[in-house]
Formats: sequence, C-alpha cells, structure tokens
Amino acid sequence: MRFGEEHQELRTAVRSLLARHEGAAAWGPLTRQIGAAGLAVPEEHGGAGCGPVEVHVVMEELGRALAPVPYLGSAVLATQALLAAGDTGLLPALAEGRTTGALAWAENGSWRPEAVRARAVCGADGWRITGVKDHVLDGADADVLLVAARTETGLALFHVPSGAAGVEREAHTTMDLTRPQATLRFDGTEARAVGADGDRVLAHVRDLACTALAAEQVGAAERCLELTVAHVRDRVQFGRPVGSFQAVKHRLADAFVRVESARSAALGASWAAADGSPDLSRYAAVAKSACSEAFSAVAGDMIQLHGGIGITWEHDAHRYFKRAHGSAQLFGSPAGHRDRIAEVLVGPRGAGAERPA
Amino acid sequence: MSSTEKFRSEFRTWLRSGLTGEFAALKGRGGPGREHEAFAERLAWERHMAAAGWTCIGWPQEYGGRGATLEEQVAFHEEYALADAPARVGHIGEQLLGPTLIAFGTDGQRDRFLPGIRSVEELWCQGYSEPDAGSDLANVRTRAERDADGWSVTGQKIWTSLAHESQWCFLVARTGPGTHRHEGLSYLLVPMDQPGVEVRPITQLTGTSEFNEVFFDAARTGADNVVGEPGDGWRVAMATLGFERGVSTLGQQVGFRRELEELIALARRNGAAGDPLIRDRLARAWTGLEIIRFNALRMLDGAAAGAPGPEASISKIYWATWHRELGELAMDVCGADGMLADGAPYDLGDWQRLFLFSRADTIYAGSNEIQRNIIAERVLGLPKEARA
Repeated sequence: MRFGEEHQELRTAVRSLLARHEGAAAWGPLTRQIGAAGLAVPEEHGGAGCGPVEVHVVMEELGRALAPVPYLGSAVLATQALLAAGDTGLLPALAEGRTTGALAWAENGSWRPEAVRARAVCGADGWRITGVKDHVLDGADADVLLVAARTETGLALFHVPSGAAGVEREAHTTMDLTRPQATLRFDGTEARAVGADGDRVLAHVRDLACTALAAEQVGAAERCLELTVAHVRDRVQFGRPVGSFQAVKHRLADAFVRVESARSAALGASWAAADGSPDLSRYAAVAKSACSEAFSAVAGDMIQLHGGIGITWEHDAHRYFKRAHGSAQLFGSPAGHRDRIAEVLVGPRGAGAERPA
Repeated sequence: MSSTEKFRSEFRTWLRSGLTGEFAALKGRGGPGREHEAFAERLAWERHMAAAGWTCIGWPQEYGGRGATLEEQVAFHEEYALADAPARVGHIGEQLLGPTLIAFGTDGQRDRFLPGIRSVEELWCQGYSEPDAGSDLANVRTRAERDADGWSVTGQKIWTSLAHESQWCFLVARTGPGTHRHEGLSYLLVPMDQPGVEVRPITQLTGTSEFNEVFFDAARTGADNVVGEPGDGWRVAMATLGFERGVSTLGQQVGFRRELEELIALARRNGAAGDPLIRDRLARAWTGLEIIRFNALRMLDGAAAGAPGPEASISKIYWATWHRELGELAMDVCGADGMLADGAPYDLGDWQRLFLFSRADTIYAGSNEIQRNIIAERVLGLPKEARA
C-alpha cells in the first residue's frame, strides 16, 4: 500500500494544475493535459489503462482543492458503470473529456440498488423509462445520461440519448456549492439498454464510488488539518502561540490520528479495488464510513480552532465543512454503511431474540 | 509459493502438531490481565518452541535467530495468534533486550545473555518506570555506583511486568552524581535473585497481579554489565522503546479479531444483537479493526522502504483506544450479567477482565497524552508547551 514514483508525479502534476486553474476552469486542462477523465479507462477505449490507485491520487488532490469538476460524476460513476456493463461505445469521448456523463441512480435519498423504482418497458419502438432520480451529480449539464431502472427481469442500465423527449432536469442549489446535483424526471423517455445485470453493475459502481470518494475525503481532511496547524502556529493569544496550548495540541494530534487512520482505510479500499479483491465491498464500506466521519470531525475542528474567522465566508473553512457534510451523505451515510457491515457480521436486522430493557 | 508463504506454512504445520497433547490445554491462556494463568506450563511450551527454533526468529542467524524478514515475522505473529497459542512469557527478552544487545552490547554480553533468551532459560523484566518517572523517563532517581567489584544499585522501579518470574532486569539508573534529565544515565543488567532485590506484586483492577514494584537496596551487578558506555543509558533505553513497536501489531490484530468475533457470537446468543445501537457499535468496532490492520500494513511498507512515516506514531493511540472501547462494548453486550463475577475469590470472566484491563492500554508504553504530545510536537511541528 505504498505509492510509486509515477503516482507521486501524477500527484504533483494534478496539484500544480489545480493551483494554476481555479474552480470549474480546471476541468479542461485536467482532461487535456493530464488525461484525468480517461485514467481508469482501458487503452483500447481511449484511456490510459490505469486503475483505482491512480483514481485515488487524483481524488485526494481534487479533495484538497475542493475542485468543482465533474470527475467523480463522469470519470468515476458514468465511466465505471459503462465498463462494468460492458458497453464501451460511449467511452472514448468520455475518456477524452469531450463529453461528460452522469449516472442517474439514487431515488428517495437512497443509493441501495433495492431502492430503485424507476421502470423501463420494452415496446415496439424500443425501451422507454419512467421515474424520478435524485442527487444526480452534474445531472443538469451532462451530455451522457445513464439511468438505472427496473425491468420485468430485474435491474438494468440504460443510456438516454441527448435531446431525447420526456426528460426534465432540475438543477438544485446545494449547501456545498462545489458539487452540483440535479433531479431528473423521465416520462416515457426513449432509452437504449446498455447492460442487463444491473444489480451487479450498481453494486460494483457503488464500491468504486465509495472508494474514490473516501480518497477525496482524506485529501480534503488533510488540507483542513494543514491549514489549521499553520493557523495555530502563527496566531498569538495570551502572549504565546495558540498551538502551544496542550488543549489545542491534543485536539490536533487526535485530528492527525483520524486523518491518517482514514487514509489507511481509503488506501486499503483502493488497493483492494486495484487487485480485484473479493473483499472490496466491505473495505469500501469501511473506507466510506471512516473517511466520512474523519473529514466531518476535522472540518469541524478547523472552524473551532480558527475562532471567529472560521464562522464566516471570508475563510475557506466553511467550504470544507459543507463539503464534509455533503460527502458524508453521498452514496449512503456512515451509519448506513455500518449497517451493511452489520448485516454480514451480525446477521439480518430484527433476527435474533430481543433482550428485555 | 512465495518464501513468506512457505515460511508461514512451515510454522503453521509445526504449530498444529505442537499444540497437542500436554500443550493442547494451553490454547488461549495468558495475555494481558491473565499472565498468572498456567505460567509454568506456558514456560514449558515456550522452551518447546525454542528447541524447535521458533523463538527469536527475527534475530540474525549468528546470534541464534533465523534472520526472518519483516514479512516472515508478520506471518509468524499472525499464525501464532490464529492458532490461539498461549501468550508468550519470554517476549521482553526476545523483543526488547535481545535487539538492544545486538545493537549496543559487547561480544561478551551477547555470548553471555542471548543464548539464555533464545532458549527461554532466562526471563527478563524491564526496569524503566519509577514512581516519579513514569512517562517522564528522564526523571529517573535510581542510582548505581561503581566500586571495585562492580555496580551497587539503589532505588525503586514500578509497573515491572513479570518481575516475579524473571531472573534478570535491564534498567536505567543514574550513574553521574549531580546530573539531571537525560545526562548521566546508564543502562544496566541486574540479576534478580539476590538479597538486595525485593519484588512486591501490585494488585490490579482485575484482582490479579502481573505488575510489580521492585526495590533495589545496594543490589549488585558485575562491572561488565553496563550496555553502551556509562552515561549513555538514555540513548540505549530509547532504542529499546523503539523495538517495542514493531511487527507484533499485526499478530495483536488477529487476537483482537478473535475477541470481537466472540463478542458478536455472545451478542447473537443473548439477544443484544437485536439492539440497533449495539449493532452499530459492533460494526464500528469491526471497521476500527480493519483500520488497525491497514495502519500496521502501511507501517510495515514504510519500514521495508526504509522510511517510517507518521503512521508509526498513530498506531499506539488508535489500537489502545479501540481496545478500551471494545471493553466498554463488551460490558454493554453482557448487560446485567456483567455485574456478577463467576465466583469467589473474585473470579472474573473474560469480558470483565477485558473491560478492566483495557484501561491500562491507553496508559502503558507511553500514555495517550504522551503520544499526543509526540505527534503534536514532532509530527505537526507545534510549539512546545511552556514548562515551569
């Protein structure tokens, strides 16, 4: 679980690019100069043929900078869904960054495959989809829409061509302003089937999504800690640096333990994904729940230890705090992922004798 | 099969055939809070291991070890824990003093002491802590004076694990009169079986005692039993502490996993698993266990690459806190039953012992507070606390 030289080079390249190109403007150079969108796409489909470890590096850097680019929604969710479904025609344009994709997946605030209610019906003129999708990352602007829907034979993945009739896209104002979301409504919308084994595809995409998001959370949490340590070293109160007070030092030491332990969990998941480990699912659940809680705690500490400036829009602390909340809920809450772990570990909920209070 | 896997398989095979017959009853015996269990039998088991060449495997071959690689040592500890083999009795000599003598000792000291550690004929205890110098080792008051025949040691040590079973103690004493803090300390090897040494057991929360107070009153040791130069004891002692954190973490994690699995089984049996909060805490504990393992793997990857990263300093805080919380969770899973001992005299069950003894995890080997200071000052670079 150690990065090689080429990973360090990738990290350096992404970090310096994000320093030169702020905000959404980074996406063009990221895709053109670094090929970020196609990193984890096989070479025969126009990508670089790398994998989850390279995605991990990019996500950590995007997290540090809170970069509002469609990497997670397009390069991870949409691209990996197509790969898992085995439908590769759309990949070259996505890998190159000429198009962006969105995976319309969650319903009623849940990313569990069982929660999908959208229906797909096959008629004489092909498939038609009806349903409502929540929390679609970059869903308002994406060129390629992929939709999970239920057919008579189970869950399947569909591609809705751009310009198809019967699609309504509603962009939301998100608390975390750096990660746009949309609600998509489909009403008998024409669609093309891109994969039948939807349960497997969605479960796999969720594992990869949680793994990638965990890396982003580690990068962001690490940046929160760096900024806070720098602040308490400089800031003088009561005649000495705030960072010399043991109450502050111990709090930051605990934050460091949280961040580095979260990093271990995220690395464990990324390496399991790279190895094709059968244990990826549980490592992804571990990483998502641990990294969510670590980022939330450290972003909270960041505000507290910055004092008054920390509760204003003048400092970046609020942006990290809001991203921490959004990321913790995205793809399922920490408690939700622990519930998945408990299902395997302890057995189904409600089974077993109740104990008197 | 990789060489590590071959090593693992060889040791597993030996363990399976070894832990049978008279030794079968030793499975799961001993360990923190239970070091008193079957001590003589565990000593016999460890000598049996020694005879087969399975002690001190990480030492270089020229000193009687196998020169096992880091990966092989990890495999050793994992297999040992997976087999539920009894807690070790010679680990202080094997893991702390042995590497110290190999690094800093004289040829004479190595020839005299290493074979006894490897064969488990001589057990060692560690004399660092004192009533006024627990985490503050530089505050050591025990004195040693050089005379014509050797050294005369006077002072008191505390929290000395296995002192009542040990033949020898390695300790830090002040040999430069008038010195303070790190200066003038020496690292001495002192025989325990002599009139000048008195060992008094300390009764712990669990009602058992594996820690002791040790009183030295003009205790004697030979002139050649100082490790490193006189006055160089701080450096040598710090190195020993470094050996303390090592490859055993992964084996420890296997033991933790067994505890958690048994706790889950109990929760299912007694219905506690029906409580959503207990379920969440069990899943959280399991998440923490995976992190302990990944922390250890990162630490080993770093050690193998020759660059130990910050992950080394976080592992103690993380696992100690995790284990303490497991003890608390165990009591909540036990529910009302956890209030009652198995019987007189104060015969506590395994979960009660875990609950009580795990309070020590965040104190010994550098308390959580000390570890936080280390991280804050040495890793994060925060200013030192103003000291009076």
